[in-house]
Amino acid sequence: MAQRIRPFLLRYGSLLTTFAIFLLVFFIGGRLYPAMQKPQVFFNLFINDSSLLLVAIGMTMVILSGGGGIDLSVGGVIALTSTASAALLRSGVSPYIVIPLMVVMGIAFGALMGWIIQTLKVQPFIATLMGLYFTRGLAYIISLTSVTIKDPVYKTLALTPIYIPFLPKTYIYPTTLVGPIMLIVAIYLTFFTRFGRTVYAMGNNEQSALLMGLSVTRTKMAVYAFSGFCSALAGIVFSMSLLAGYGQFATGMELDAIASVVMGGTALSGGVGNVIGTLFGVLIHGTIVSILQFNGTLSSWWTRIGVGVLTLIFIGIQSLFYMRKKHG
Amino acid sequence: MKQQTPLLKRIRESRLLWPFVAWVIILLFDAIVEPGFFKLGILDDPVYGKHLYGNLVDIFNNGAPLMLVAIGMTLVIATGGVDLSVGAVIAISAAMGAVLINPALGNQLITNDILTKNATNTPLPLIILADLAAGTLCGLWNGLLVSRARIQPMVATLILMVAGRGIAQLITNGQIMTIYYTPYFWFGNGYILGLPVSIYIVVLVFLLAWVLIRKTAIGLFIESVGINAKSTYYSGINEQNIKLLAYTFCGFCGAIAGLILSSYVHSADGNNNGLNYELDAILAVVMGGTLMTGGRFSIFASVIGALVIWTFTVTVYSLGVPANALLAAKAVLVMVVILLYSDYTRRLMNRLVERRGSQHGTTN
Repeated sequence: MAQRIRPFLLRYGSLLTTFAIFLLVFFIGGRLYPAMQKPQVFFNLFINDSSLLLVAIGMTMVILSGGGGIDLSVGGVIALTSTASAALLRSGVSPYIVIPLMVVMGIAFGALMGWIIQTLKVQPFIATLMGLYFTRGLAYIISLTSVTIKDPVYKTLALTPIYIPFLPKTYIYPTTLVGPIMLIVAIYLTFFTRFGRTVYAMGNNEQSALLMGLSVTRTKMAVYAFSGFCSALAGIVFSMSLLAGYGQFATGMELDAIASVVMGGTALSGGVGNVIGTLFGVLIHGTIVSILQFNGTLSSWWTRIGVGVLTLIFIGIQSLFYMRKKHG
Repeated sequence: MKQQTPLLKRIRESRLLWPFVAWVIILLFDAIVEPGFFKLGILDDPVYGKHLYGNLVDIFNNGAPLMLVAIGMTLVIATGGVDLSVGAVIAISAAMGAVLINPALGNQLITNDILTKNATNTPLPLIILADLAAGTLCGLWNGLLVSRARIQPMVATLILMVAGRGIAQLITNGQIMTIYYTPYFWFGNGYILGLPVSIYIVVLVFLLAWVLIRKTAIGLFIESVGINAKSTYYSGINEQNIKLLAYTFCGFCGAIAGLILSSYVHSADGNNNGLNYELDAILAVVMGGTLMTGGRFSIFASVIGALVIWTFTVTVYSLGVPANALLAAKAVLVMVVILLYSDYTRRLMNRLVERRGSQHGTTN
């Protein structure tokens, strides 16, 4: 019996831990603030964190691909897509052109960073950090102030509630659905395609993946392009939910995303973890933020400090887990 | 094959060449666009006495925080790490100073009269000490995370980069605090023998760092950690403590930068003090020829790099480009400089030079 439980725990242990922590945090929140027991609060997590979920999915893929892979540019891409789309919409371009254009821009930018990292051998963090400043700078070049969106299509997508069946007065917005749909796509990509298996192989050992004849270069570029795609989608969702575009949007989002990924049990060294864990990581993050919000006296900077502390705690838990796995 | 003169070769391979060339080009541009750019005068200031003034003095004075941060960042990058939290450390140190000065204490009824009083709660030496201690502690924290907890430097310092701004806001209770205590302004605005105080501070810190790394073995240890941490460990050098020292020193430099910066702008703002300094500092260091992967480094080259960036920034501002829009250009610049110094480009350059040399050989 013990022989069976041990591998099971080692395999799904971190996912179960994440899930348990999410339940625990939500339970504590419910006990502290009875208003948090309403089902709407749970769906609010998805509404408020829809762009974080998208970004975290892309980040998971990048971190999984290993080699110190990380994408610090996510916040910048969100700022750029939101500002660019707002400016385009203001000048009268149809949203049906703007949205695909932004997505293509995100993919192209991600692929460019992937190329710089893989071909020119620049460390991922420095290439993507420069990507962050570059995109934020571009956003400021487009507009130094916040640009409001008055487009009717954006407004309908942002403000039409979809009521959840069987639950009274519980709703989500159309934009909320983008994250979960992307999650399903990412689950399919990582578990059922050659691309996903290559990502895991690369994350565990890039050299042996190369020797196995896997297309490491192409996959690495694809991973960053995927992250750029997710960030661009997140930027569109973000600009829809706020109906504005601004270069200062999503400051510090990169740490939120990394925190969610780490909380979801993905190892920063790559090759271990999955996107399902990331979902719960995002939910834990959202729950803690809403607890801080329910407690009106705590100010917004506590959220920043809280996210930092959380990331640290989870990195600590993880390293304990993997140490045990290596020795056990 | 013709022998290249050692001097020429030394100049070509010196890491100071390109930053200097860049600096000269920017200054030439300034001289053409803005007549009287180099004009220096002596001003008799009622508060600070006789001192030099002019654009060049301003560049040195305002660029001082960046030079300080670049010195610290060089050591960190030389160990193969990076410190993304310098901007946040600047904000924390600035906030610390502002809070300790704040004449309105506790439950006292706060009136505008009290707030704008030219007075302080804490004696000035204590404020400086608290500033430096706060920044050094931040550096120590980063160093512990990187060396003892073995978290990747980028992630470890990213945590402080984001959370640190929260801490700075926590210290000032989320407000932008204006400082009215005049002795505090001396660090950013004062003069000694007609030159800005901040220049002396930079020289002092530079000398401290120079003695530390060139007159003891620590510099060598830092380089060896950056080249190969594991083999350094096997050679019996405590690689963890070397990293700890580098990060702590970087925090210390950030703290002084925060002191000068808050003194210069007369306020502390948790969100905007030292914003994007990490980008400028990294740019300065890579411009000075230190590789992002660690190893050989030169703090003097980084200081020159910082000077180049600051001159560039001031020049672009004077052309009327908004500060935030400059980010994009700087980001591209970092990538270009990194690629210029990369092995790939170096091999390409050497091949070109060799080919020309061998052609000379056949004709002679």
